[in-house]
Amino acid sequence: MRAHPAEYDLIAPGKLTAVLKLLSDEPGVWMPIAGGTELMVQYSAGRLGARKLVSLWGLPELRHIETAADEVLIGAACTYTDLKDHPVIAREFPLLAQAAAWTGSIANQNRGTLGGNIVNASPAADSLPALLVYEAELLLASTRGTRRVAYAGFHTGYKQTLLAADEIISAIALRPQFASYHSYSRKVGTRNAQAIAKLCLAALGRVENNKIEDVRLAIGSMAVTPLRLRRTEEVLLGGTAGQALIADARKALEAEVAPIDDIRSSAAYRLHVAGNLLQEFVEGLFA
Amino acid sequence: MNTNMASRQEVSFTVNGEPHTVSVFPMERLLDVLRNELGLTGAKEGCGEGECGSCSVLMNGELVNSCLVPVLQAQGATLCTIEGLAGENSLHPIQQAFLKCGGAQCGICTPGMVMATVQLLRRHPSPTLEQVREGLGGNLCRCTGYSRIFNAVLEAAGQQT
Repeated sequence: MRAHPAEYDLIAPGKLTAVLKLLSDEPGVWMPIAGGTELMVQYSAGRLGARKLVSLWGLPELRHIETAADEVLIGAACTYTDLKDHPVIAREFPLLAQAAAWTGSIANQNRGTLGGNIVNASPAADSLPALLVYEAELLLASTRGTRRVAYAGFHTGYKQTLLAADEIISAIALRPQFASYHSYSRKVGTRNAQAIAKLCLAALGRVENNKIEDVRLAIGSMAVTPLRLRRTEEVLLGGTAGQALIADARKALEAEVAPIDDIRSSAAYRLHVAGNLLQEFVEGLFA
Repeated sequence: MNTNMASRQEVSFTVNGEPHTVSVFPMERLLDVLRNELGLTGAKEGCGEGECGSCSVLMNGELVNSCLVPVLQAQGATLCTIEGLAGENSLHPIQQAFLKCGGAQCGICTPGMVMATVQLLRRHPSPTLEQVREGLGGNLCRCTGYSRIFNAVLEAAGQQT
């Protein structure tokens, strides 16, 4: 049943410090909302549990991209359009720029935010495998201060995160150190725009002297959280071109993912296509 | 039981060049406020979940799905809806191109298609077909099969005779 707007409160304090104070004074009571591309869908369908919302949209403290030599800090309320448009993101983190362009549609990209995508914690989110392979860190802010955590450990279970009730993600930190890497990403879905991925793979690798010298793989829609494929990486590391390496890597991949049958695809299809994408990446690495 | 969490409050914004102040609940959808409070029924509700684009409007120059915008987030915004495009006695060139190319059948998606085209041509004045497909990818049409819509966009961009 459709929600009645009188039954929900929304406030827009306009300053980050005021938002954090509210979350600290009444932890767990106020649900932060940024561009609304997820929460407004739940709200319209009458499925939004939270009754009090606090707006992060338009907070200048959360919507800027700072670039330094050793780190790029992306404000958590930067939209996918902001990411797509930023020359440093396109140059240093092409997997993230590509994922931003794959997310939803232009209208969704104008409103959906990277921080929102992370907190929403969908295992099918397009941008999250890219953050895993770039080894992003998250800045979590509260009135108690700001702590920095590895994104890799942020999702603790299906739709569960490390975020405390009084915290928000304020920024995403990325180190520009992958310019010499071969990067690969592919989203498999029913169409490019709008469709939620059946699966998506993001990968980085570097070959020296015909050997894989470094490799990072992450996959979406293949487990309860976006998943870094560490065992498959171990199999590939030091490997040389050939069918034996690909067969071993496919086997390792199959052992560390846990796909399900759902409305978008079947576990068997996902498993097979994931292996195909892995193979395409590895072949490209040696090409 | 009274489950009300919020009371009505005043929200002000500019729509199609005219300032408006409405008395609304903060979580009301911008789409409903435009249609029910201001009588601007050009933006349509298709899916109500940001998938179909028939409620597309421009907020501060950016294409948004108005069904996903809580009206409080439009406080102070400059909005443009389909009603704001045409001149007193003439259609907007994009509307004219849709008319010329037959880029509409039942018409439910058309306002959203036109608004998405406005945003697309601002960013890519001479779009490729691929850019047209991407720019309108969030707008679903169940009648035309899209070819005539894409032709209309290219026509509006001056790329087709």
